Amino acid sequence: MASASDIARAREEVASWHPGQIWHPPSSLQKWTDRIFRQLCVVFAATTIALIAILVLEIGVKAFPAFGQYGLGFLYRATWDPNKANYGILPEIWGTLYTSLLALLIGTLFGVAAAIFLSEGYLGEFVFRLLKIGNLHFHPFWGKLPTRVETVLKSLIELLAAVPSVVYGLWGLFVVIPLIRPFCNWLHSQFGWFPFFSTDLSGPGILPAVLVLSIMILPTITAISRDALVAVPPKLRMAAYGLGATRWETILGVLLPTASRGVFGGIVLAFGRALGETMALAMLVGNANRLTLSLFSPANTLAALLANSFPEAGAKEVPVLMYAALVLLAITLVVNLFGALVLERAAVSVEAK
Amino acid sequence: MTDAKDKEAKAAGDEKRLSIRVSEETVQDPFEGVDFSELELSLYRPRTLLSILLSGLISCMTLIALVPLFAVLWMLLWRGGHKLSLALFTTLPPAPLEQGGGFGNAIIGTILMVSIATLITVPLGILAGLFLAQALKDNKLASTVRLSAKVLTGFPSILAGVFAYGAIVLTTGGYSAIAGGIALSILMLPTVILTSESAVAMVPARMKEASIGMGATGAQTVWMVLLPTAMPGILTGIMLAVARAAGETAPLLFTALFSNYWLTSHGRLNIMQPTASLAVLIYNFAGMPFKNQVELAWAAALVLVVLVLVINLIGRSFSKQQIEL
Repeated sequence: MASASDIARAREEVASWHPGQIWHPPSSLQKWTDRIFRQLCVVFAATTIALIAILVLEIGVKAFPAFGQYGLGFLYRATWDPNKANYGILPEIWGTLYTSLLALLIGTLFGVAAAIFLSEGYLGEFVFRLLKIGNLHFHPFWGKLPTRVETVLKSLIELLAAVPSVVYGLWGLFVVIPLIRPFCNWLHSQFGWFPFFSTDLSGPGILPAVLVLSIMILPTITAISRDALVAVPPKLRMAAYGLGATRWETILGVLLPTASRGVFGGIVLAFGRALGETMALAMLVGNANRLTLSLFSPANTLAALLANSFPEAGAKEVPVLMYAALVLLAITLVVNLFGALVLERAAVSVEAK
Repeated sequence: MTDAKDKEAKAAGDEKRLSIRVSEETVQDPFEGVDFSELELSLYRPRTLLSILLSGLISCMTLIALVPLFAVLWMLLWRGGHKLSLALFTTLPPAPLEQGGGFGNAIIGTILMVSIATLITVPLGILAGLFLAQALKDNKLASTVRLSAKVLTGFPSILAGVFAYGAIVLTTGGYSAIAGGIALSILMLPTVILTSESAVAMVPARMKEASIGMGATGAQTVWMVLLPTAMPGILTGIMLAVARAAGETAPLLFTALFSNYWLTSHGRLNIMQPTASLAVLIYNFAGMPFKNQVELAWAAALVLVVLVLVINLIGRSFSKQQIEL
């Protein structure tokens, strides 16, 4: 316990730091600073909402002349002819949805697999067993290895998302396309009657774009699905094991259904990313105004159209491109909003359990 | 009341039945009819065989998912590594068919535009994050801001460019580093807001309460307690956002455009002119039919990836906490 002399000494010490009285109610300056600071926080936070409104408004206003001129027919016409001022973006909308959905298919398969692999701790288990052979599993240094390896694996998958998309584009252009071309052309020559293989891969095309796109959205799916799987209460897993279920009966019958909302939210957000991804597609998809089912044919997407046409756009073409940007904005906003809401509700439902 | 009675009656009944069973020795084996060998972990049992096969399958799939990362890094080192020299960082991009050259102006341009974006984003993002972390749970404004920040994280980068083109390039009458920086800041903002929020929210409530209990005003609490404590997490968020912005191409394509020259005009720094950046250089040079340019693109990609990964890893090292995005 502090004696009276201790307290007196402490007071003297504090007083020596700050000559004069240091304990006083907030001065009016401090009160005003506080008030202004709080208001500033609110204003800056509200700026985020305003930013979205300004983004929509700015693009909408700039697109308005084109909207008046081409109307809704813009959405279902398939020509893009700046010379005759005849524009339509059906092939681009189709290309955007087609590439995104295919990439989502591959990305979901591998992304959810990686999420299960991470959340089940397979790698840590494997390392642990290896250590057990050498009887090192409780060693002060080696015993920590399983956890460390898990962390490294998780960061590696996150680093997949850190590589800039233009680098993936470069890689796709000079590595992926030459690599898959012989196989694709063989498929075309053998199964050319099949609509997906109806053209040959002569360079950029849908398939390389889809492959690279799926690599880019995989980390999103993995990160969100892993979080959802980890958030499943451990008692559910224990109950399933207690009933004699095998590990995979537990994963497929208990864990995935419980985490399904989170996984689904992750997939929707990844879909939003895929729809808006620009550079890799602008470099790999071929920029051909074509409406096609073939995986090997060049095509175009909304984002790639914007990236390729904007730098050289004349004053007459800018509103048209703004209209295309508005369409892309509408699609991605809806998808992202839906994904964010799904994830929010998923978090609430897990908390309630 | 009735519930309790029911329970009592039930318990009594159970006891009775149990005693009868025991006395008559009719207690059945609860595991009768269970095939225990079915529960064995063995390759010959379909249930466990399926489990083992699926485990192997997803292990392979995870490995395959990691192949691109290493393939990209390997290709960058292989094709970009041998071109690497000091001259790359000090010289200007070459004209078509010209040999040599580098991308010194692109590196400076990237740093300049990312700095502009960071200057805009950091105060805005941290204060907005503070507001979100301090707001009550049923605050309508806070939940709307949070939702819009989450929607902005998935905002297509090309649309940030379209916006900056419409708002800045068309009004100021030319491509500039400022327009590029503003486009990048739109993409950085949500990351900074959401990471600041989670970092501030992780500060133990008792520290904040102690500060308020000592008579500090809200602003003093924020500056002297919350921000210093949450700083590692906030720095992580900023670094992740910077790393992302440094690699973005789409928003710069038609806001900063590209330039083959240094950023000076008449011996002075001028940021209202077209500005080169590493990412746009890679895009432009990758599509050129000249060997020298393609090699430069690979070297630039190596520099960019190293830059981005280093910033990313430094950012992660600031805090061990998990950053949700």
